Amino acid sequence: MGVEGIGARVARKEDKRFLMGQGRYTDDMSVPGMRYAAFVRSPHAHAKIKSIDTSAAEDMPGVVAVLNGKQMLDDGIGNLICGWMIHSKDGSPMKMGAWRPIAHETVRYVGDAVAVVVADTLGEARDAAEAVVVDYDVLPAVTSAVKALEAGQPQLHPEAPGNLIYDWQIGDADATDAAIAAAAHVTEMTIVNNRLAPNPMEPRAALGIYDSAEDHYTCYTTSQNPHVARLVMSAFYNVAPENKLRVIAPDVGGGFGSKIFIYPEEIVCLWASKRSGVPVKWTSDRTEAFLTDAHGRDHVSTVKMAFDANNRITALKVDTIANFGAYMSLFSSSVPTYLYATLLSGQYNIPAIHANVRAVYTNTATVDAYRGAGRPEATYLVERTVETAARELGVSPAELRRSNFIRSFPHQTPVIMNYDAGDYEASLEAAMKAADWNGFPARKAEAANRGMKRGIGMSCYIEACGIAPSAAVGSLGAGVGLWESAEVRVNAVGTIEVLTGSHSHGQGHETTFAQLVAERFGVPIDSVSIVHGDTDKVQMGMGTYGSRSGAVGMSAIVKALDKVEAKAKKIAAHLMEADESDIVIENGALKVAGTDKTVPWFQMALAAYTAHNLPAGMEPGLKEGAFYDPANFTFPAGCYIAEVEVDPETGKTKIIQFVAADDFGNIINPMIVEGQVHGGIAQGIGQAMLEGVHYDPETGQLLTASYMDYTMPRADDLPSFNVSHQNTPCPNNPLGIKGCGEAGAIGSPPALINAITDAIGNNDLSMPATPQKVWAAARAAAN
Amino acid sequence: MYATNYHRASSIADAVTLQSSSDEAKYVSGGMTLIPTMKQRLAAPSDLVDLRHVGELKGISVNGSRVRIGAGTTHAEVATSAELKAACPAICHLASHIGDPHVRHMGTIGGSIANNDPAADYPSAMLALGATIVTNAREILADDFFTGLFETALEDGEIVVAVTFDAPAKAGYAKFPNPASRYAMTGVFVAKASDGSARVAVTGAGSDGVFRHAGLEQALSANWSADATAGVDVDASNLLSDIHGSADYRANLVKVMAKRAVAAA
Ligand SMILES: Cc1cc2nc3c(=O)[nH]c(=O)nc-3n(C[C@H](O)[C@H](O)[C@H](O)COP(=O)(O)OP(=O)(O)OC[C@H]3O[C@@H](n4cnc5c(N)ncnc54)[C@H](O)[C@@H]3O)c2cc1C
Repeated sequence: MGVEGIGARVARKEDKRFLMGQGRYTDDMSVPGMRYAAFVRSPHAHAKIKSIDTSAAEDMPGVVAVLNGKQMLDDGIGNLICGWMIHSKDGSPMKMGAWRPIAHETVRYVGDAVAVVVADTLGEARDAAEAVVVDYDVLPAVTSAVKALEAGQPQLHPEAPGNLIYDWQIGDADATDAAIAAAAHVTEMTIVNNRLAPNPMEPRAALGIYDSAEDHYTCYTTSQNPHVARLVMSAFYNVAPENKLRVIAPDVGGGFGSKIFIYPEEIVCLWASKRSGVPVKWTSDRTEAFLTDAHGRDHVSTVKMAFDANNRITALKVDTIANFGAYMSLFSSSVPTYLYATLLSGQYNIPAIHANVRAVYTNTATVDAYRGAGRPEATYLVERTVETAARELGVSPAELRRSNFIRSFPHQTPVIMNYDAGDYEASLEAAMKAADWNGFPARKAEAANRGMKRGIGMSCYIEACGIAPSAAVGSLGAGVGLWESAEVRVNAVGTIEVLTGSHSHGQGHETTFAQLVAERFGVPIDSVSIVHGDTDKVQMGMGTYGSRSGAVGMSAIVKALDKVEAKAKKIAAHLMEADESDIVIENGALKVAGTDKTVPWFQMALAAYTAHNLPAGMEPGLKEGAFYDPANFTFPAGCYIAEVEVDPETGKTKIIQFVAADDFGNIINPMIVEGQVHGGIAQGIGQAMLEGVHYDPETGQLLTASYMDYTMPRADDLPSFNVSHQNTPCPNNPLGIKGCGEAGAIGSPPALINAITDAIGNNDLSMPATPQKVWAAARAAAN
Repeated sequence: MYATNYHRASSIADAVTLQSSSDEAKYVSGGMTLIPTMKQRLAAPSDLVDLRHVGELKGISVNGSRVRIGAGTTHAEVATSAELKAACPAICHLASHIGDPHVRHMGTIGGSIANNDPAADYPSAMLALGATIVTNAREILADDFFTGLFETALEDGEIVVAVTFDAPAKAGYAKFPNPASRYAMTGVFVAKASDGSARVAVTGAGSDGVFRHAGLEQALSANWSADATAGVDVDASNLLSDIHGSADYRANLVKVMAKRAVAAA
């Protein structure tokens, strides 16, 4: 490895502009004539719109236009869709209710848009939005998915009777039931996975610019996948055909999944720009973000895990109810099905698994992928259950896991996935050693002397990244393929531009992708630029989520680099009158192996563009593109250990140590990987101990609509993390990468809850384990 | 934020004149409560009268045992004042745990008590220290000043000029922060006067705002020790319940924080 190549801790190239406040985000974009949008939003969780009176608003200072959903319908703007078809177990397709970008008949959650004001200033737009008078006929609301399935509850969409979107299953029910009936021991639990608000630092924003001369639209937006945004807005929402629509996602300040989806606001900005004749910008404020960004998780599950007399797991049966909110967000349907139930085997050899999943409408914000997307829910369920089983069986939690580990690969689980490589024992060993697991009893006794309750807990997670072979996801209902594209352009002076369909919004692609090129051609990374996020520059791409940019995005770059290398070698061989197969690339030069003949990289590039002396029949130039379709998912895995101390008087939990031992396959930049793990664990700690979206169950009002009530993790909530890697290369992609973006958020919550429940001696504790809940549970255990 | 007019007052008299010349004017000190409220469009004063440049509101002084803190003194100034540390370190400790450094360098003691947020820290100190709130018109005992949630005895246009109190023989403050806002979920200020009598005030927990706890005061007046709180009954029926803490949980916190406040005193 060179100092800038694969495996080097290269400082992030992009950080200079971010740290100096020179990032260029959507809200920083300003164009001549631009005006501001403010949305009128429903204050009710469920209501019929009787009338909308915009006359007073239209007369307010600075107002350009006040637009409503009926006009949008008349202009042919389509419904928002969910792009992954799931069929219920009876064979019927999922039941998708209509989602209008601006509601004109019914509002279904607090925050549903009912009108938009365009005005000269943001203040004027907001003033006028308050002057829009909407007459509502308020209807009863339901916020809990479990309750929404009961008889007599408010009904959200006529298309989905009983609020049921689908009733889906996977695995072998009969085999699972038979194994449970024959089991020596069955552990049963009810497991709630709490609803989270994604909270990227940069809120969502959109700038719609309609050019009437060209009949062309430009949309700046906070997107993790601008090409998917263009595709969907073009193909389904009838905003404009793809050749008339340019989508740019410039610097984006975090997404965590919430910026995958196409929301009403960007569609409205584009449409309103055409209708009102001015560019229209909207930027969410923080409370709007809490109200309208797609939330994550929100599952209620029951589980049965069966064991034989030797404590081997024989079956797992899961029944999950997933809250989808008021509408089906873009990929919502895939999250509690193929991203969740397919991971229920965990790291264990489980002969029979059956999962049933019901997806349910409620009067709440939409729910879709959020860092980990389905895999945190699966991991939490499996790892809480295994831990509970160990307690019930009176065996060590490490031993119970160890004796059930999958040890030979490839391994076919009963729930679709084929694990390609891994060494679960290695991570378990490394984590236990790093945490000084064996020294815990002494530390517990010492803490007890101080009146503190100390606990330790682990979690052995597996996840699936690099989503995914297009044909496979297509057969499972995906509306898109999940390949990635890349183009490598070598300029005449030898500098290199890499165009990628991946999108960086915190991941550091400008650094890691450049390291890949530096490694291959021995050029300095400063001579490599990464271009992404603009549909006019990059032809097509599927974007960044599901930890796919390394495993899929970089694999596409590797394919394009292969082609560039082949042509560069041909040119160099021609220039040096050598055989192509004798050319090697070293330290920025092309050499004839075993001789002192050499052509510097830039000279080869210049030769490609002067075209004065190229091999016969070769096209001038040096630019190659590639599409890469993965052969399989990748399977990062690891073991996390949390050690905590609970103050029984207040229920306050302090994390004493947090150990992460991960297998991510090969690593391009260890510093960036560690950063991803740190951030992921911080979010996992958030889910386990701090964060939770609360709606008032009667009125459907969002009670956690600001940081006064929604507990974001802060630096002093977190310990220093002890991170290590036990990597087994992924056999299915050229770089052997598995992915690291979500593992921290996936693996950590069960480790923490296992530790806290161990400390207080009460297994009945739900996330987030706030001081009040821990205090109550500790007290219940003591009494 | 709605449009508003900004005025900078140079003296208390100037401030009163500016405030009274428009019907919806409000004083602004640190702006750490008022400005966020305006940004959320929950407050819409037509005029803001800035008190930050009024010299008469500034400064900390200790004369013998009498402590005076000007209303315009920031939390950071209280937290780091050597004079206060000698006279009543508990109030420095309290101020050092309000919000974050930005808030502490902007927010003021006058703004905090005039606002009387039921989860704010200072009101408990004022009640437990038996402080006097000095305004431009009169002196008000803390016992009469805090009248309910975000309610005080201040008349429209009345300015808090300073707070004064006798340095206690001992005092301590223990706060259990709300995990989200870091305001007090329950904060207990205990003070022992030179005559040995104890006053105990609780913030963050009461459904009517800050309050004194008679049972804890009796117990600590009889025996100033952390153990003395153990036998006291804290009735949960007048305490707040919300998503962060039930009334029962807060009742427990009142006892635990009282114990820790005495231990810290
Ligand atoms: C992020 C954050 C965290 C915080 N955390 C805490 C915390 O942990 N604990 C806590 O106690 N507080 C906390 N606060 C509130 C902070 O302490 C405020 O500064 C304080 O409550 C108000 O003081 P101010 O000087 O900023 O008043 P302003 O916001 O300027 O004014 C508040 C109100 O008081 C009135 N007012 C101001 N000065 C006077 C005066 N001299 N006479 C009469 N009326 C006056 C104003 O008209 C207004 O109605 C926090 C605030 C923020 C933003």
